[in-house]
Amino acid sequence: MTTHETATTHEGPAAQPVGLGMPALPAPDYPADVRARLDADAKELIGRYPVARSALLPLLHLVQSEEGWVSPTGIRFCAEQLGLTTAEVTAVATFYTMYRRRPAGKYHVGVCTNTLCAVLGGDQIFAELKEHLGIENNETTEDGAVSIEHIECNAACDYAPVMTVNWEFFDNQTPESAKRLVDDLRAGHTVLPTRGAALCTFRETSRILAGFPDERPGALDASGAGGAPSLAGLRLARGETLPGGGAARVVSPRHQDGADAAPGGPSQGAPSAHDAPAETAASDPHRTGDAAGPAEPEGGEDR
Amino acid sequence: MTADSLVGEAGPEKLLTPVLSATWDDHRPWTLDTYRRHDGYQGLAAALRMQPDEVIALVKDAGLRGRGGAGFPTGMKWQFIPQGDGKPHYLVVNADESEPGTCKDMPLLFANPHSLIEGMVIASYAIRCSHAFVYLRGEVVPVLRRLQAAVAEAYEAGLLGRDIQGSGFDLDITVHAGAGAYICGEETALLDSLEGRRGQPRLRPPFPAIAGLYACPTVVNNVESIASVPAILHRGKEWFRSLGSEKSPGFTLYSLSGHVTNPGQYEAPLGVTLRQLLEMSGGVREGHRLKFWTPGGSSTPMFTDQHLDVPLDYEGVGAAGSMLGTKALQVFDETTCVVRAVTRWTEFYAHESCGKCTPCREGTYWLVQLMRRIEAGEGVQADLDKLLDIADNIFGKSFCALGDGAASPITSSLQYFREEYEQHIAQRGCPFDPAASTVWAGRQPAVNGNAARRPAQEKGVLA
Ligand SMILES: Cc1cc2nc3c(=O)[nH]c(=O)nc-3n(C[C@H](O)[C@H](O)[C@H](O)COP(=O)(O)O)c2cc1C
Ligand code: SF4
Ligand code: FES
Repeated sequence: MTTHETATTHEGPAAQPVGLGMPALPAPDYPADVRARLDADAKELIGRYPVARSALLPLLHLVQSEEGWVSPTGIRFCAEQLGLTTAEVTAVATFYTMYRRRPAGKYHVGVCTNTLCAVLGGDQIFAELKEHLGIENNETTEDGAVSIEHIECNAACDYAPVMTVNWEFFDNQTPESAKRLVDDLRAGHTVLPTRGAALCTFRETSRILAGFPDERPGALDASGAGGAPSLAGLRLARGETLPGGGAARVVSPRHQDGADAAPGGPSQGAPSAHDAPAETAASDPHRTGDAAGPAEPEGGEDR
Repeated sequence: MTADSLVGEAGPEKLLTPVLSATWDDHRPWTLDTYRRHDGYQGLAAALRMQPDEVIALVKDAGLRGRGGAGFPTGMKWQFIPQGDGKPHYLVVNADESEPGTCKDMPLLFANPHSLIEGMVIASYAIRCSHAFVYLRGEVVPVLRRLQAAVAEAYEAGLLGRDIQGSGFDLDITVHAGAGAYICGEETALLDSLEGRRGQPRLRPPFPAIAGLYACPTVVNNVESIASVPAILHRGKEWFRSLGSEKSPGFTLYSLSGHVTNPGQYEAPLGVTLRQLLEMSGGVREGHRLKFWTPGGSSTPMFTDQHLDVPLDYEGVGAAGSMLGTKALQVFDETTCVVRAVTRWTEFYAHESCGKCTPCREGTYWLVQLMRRIEAGEGVQADLDKLLDIADNIFGKSFCALGDGAASPITSSLQYFREEYEQHIAQRGCPFDPAASTVWAGRQPAVNGNAARRPAQEKGVLA
């Protein structure tokens, strides 16, 4: 019971002192009413497993739903529930990226910057978002409304560039739509994900992750079965055509091209001066099927 | 059959075979009602009329192979579970889907969670398991919601719980949300994580079939593998074998992403080619050419336009020097800097390395240092051989397959694009403009912040 304070705070806000081998005091317990409520929740979670310790990840989500992060108090709670030491619980909690070691914002925003999303625009979105909010990776705005983090591939690459808010999907984002999104969150406007239900708070989301289903009416059915990418193959199989589809042509392989290794894009393909106005906004969820929208014709002229 | 004839004459509706995705455009396909209207739980009814060993034999004869990456025959995996050993048996479904590029299991569970639950009941019946788990990655709350609800629905309908459909067979399913760690997709790390520990791989043997969850016999299968089982039970092994190839029978979800006109899920028989998928779906984005792609996620060695006609089945992709993996077809066009792409993947592996073994923990760190230096134009020629040397010290010498995956982008990109690395070194910088690779490249920013689109002038080309 002496190691966890230093272990859980060493990546915390810079102002916090670093323990230098001095035994730390045990973390305080939850207030009695909170403790009684969480005890009942914990009992239910532990009962779902043949071996109690399997409930540790759910319990860590549970304590995160109480305080918005995994605090020393939360670590102590998990340890007491499972008969583990706080050091053992801390070792597990620090292994997983979803357990926060400092408070998250009410809305925790993720921007996928794994290769595919990054290349398709995720890097630019993340950079512009940080500048717009005036915070860095893993920081929270002063009003406590929004924290941001760059995330790894979120199993939604066919909707790239992808963002998440409280782990609901915001697909096919642009820098503009991303900034509008966080502005709306900070202004308290209702924001709907492209896949998922109307946002609840980060703490409420953590409770769903702990294993307590979302009871809000309509949450389950919200946003349908998926967007255009999810249905693309099915539509083709039904004999429908996809946007921009049907007439793709093949040209000579790269090797006959000679200049293939040279970057074709930037210098040869300056932004066109005669771009037509959008039929519909880039961030419009109904703007289906052309996530990888038209770009400058260059290099690959038809041959 | 050439690609032209396929799309020109047969048409995509002949080439695609929606099974798991067939209901996704129906009304609320995630509900039990809709699932039942499409023969849902008929596969279970058939299974419960058979002996458990007959079910295993059927799945084995059908030739179903694992869809989680390695392609191990599913029926054989089930057969490894010792019977009559007096220990509990467990089925654990791997729904961690975190391999970069992989995006099939999440849309499947979001739209059609009952296909997994039905498959789990059948598999559990076959291996004599009475408590099964789904280990779902945590960062996908909309999917978790549908899965939790579908399990509750199945309990209410008597498809889970005690004495399922009057068969005397009992099964409980626990849905378990992970907490963010790619390595937990590795099956033994997953089991440690499910036991409430840090997700680090275990030494094998013993294999999970002998000592898995709580040291009991355990089957770990991918979502899509298990979800494919009900159709085999309901429609028969001959039907399943009539699709795909001799050694890779059946249908599967191909996930097309990146610089393509229509990214998305395309369910087809095993052995379809990227050329066919691109031709039917509108090709590479307009005005651009294919540069490189992954057949099955970032851990599978990359391909180029030389490989457009490689049959995307286990043997075909293997023969061409890569792996079918998760069938995550990430397509990058000529605007993409391969050094940048590989640097980012390498950063991912370094971040996700669990730290258990030295080649991977130290090797991925040094790969990142070298890749960043080259990308920034500060590399030297000797760095390229150093990269290969480190990759060689990771590949095949690490404790689990994450290390092999980390080496793949390095070695394959140097194989096909060495001159591009050299260009970074010679020019002391990256010759590419990242803005040209974005989906909004060529659109003009409009007053209200929306992007404007170019009119279609040129059709997409494939290569
Ligand atoms: C680093 C790593 C990550 C993996 N991630 C996943 C995953 O997210 N989902 C999955 O099904 N298999 C994953 N696998 C493969 C599993 O270890 C295992 O082979 C698979 O779940 C077996 O299921 P199958 O036989 O049905 O394919 C991963 C393997 C490694 C080495
Ligand atoms: S290869 Fe990497 S992820 Fe696998 S055990 Fe070694 S350090 Fe861990
Ligand atoms: S790379 Fe962003 S969701 Fe896969």
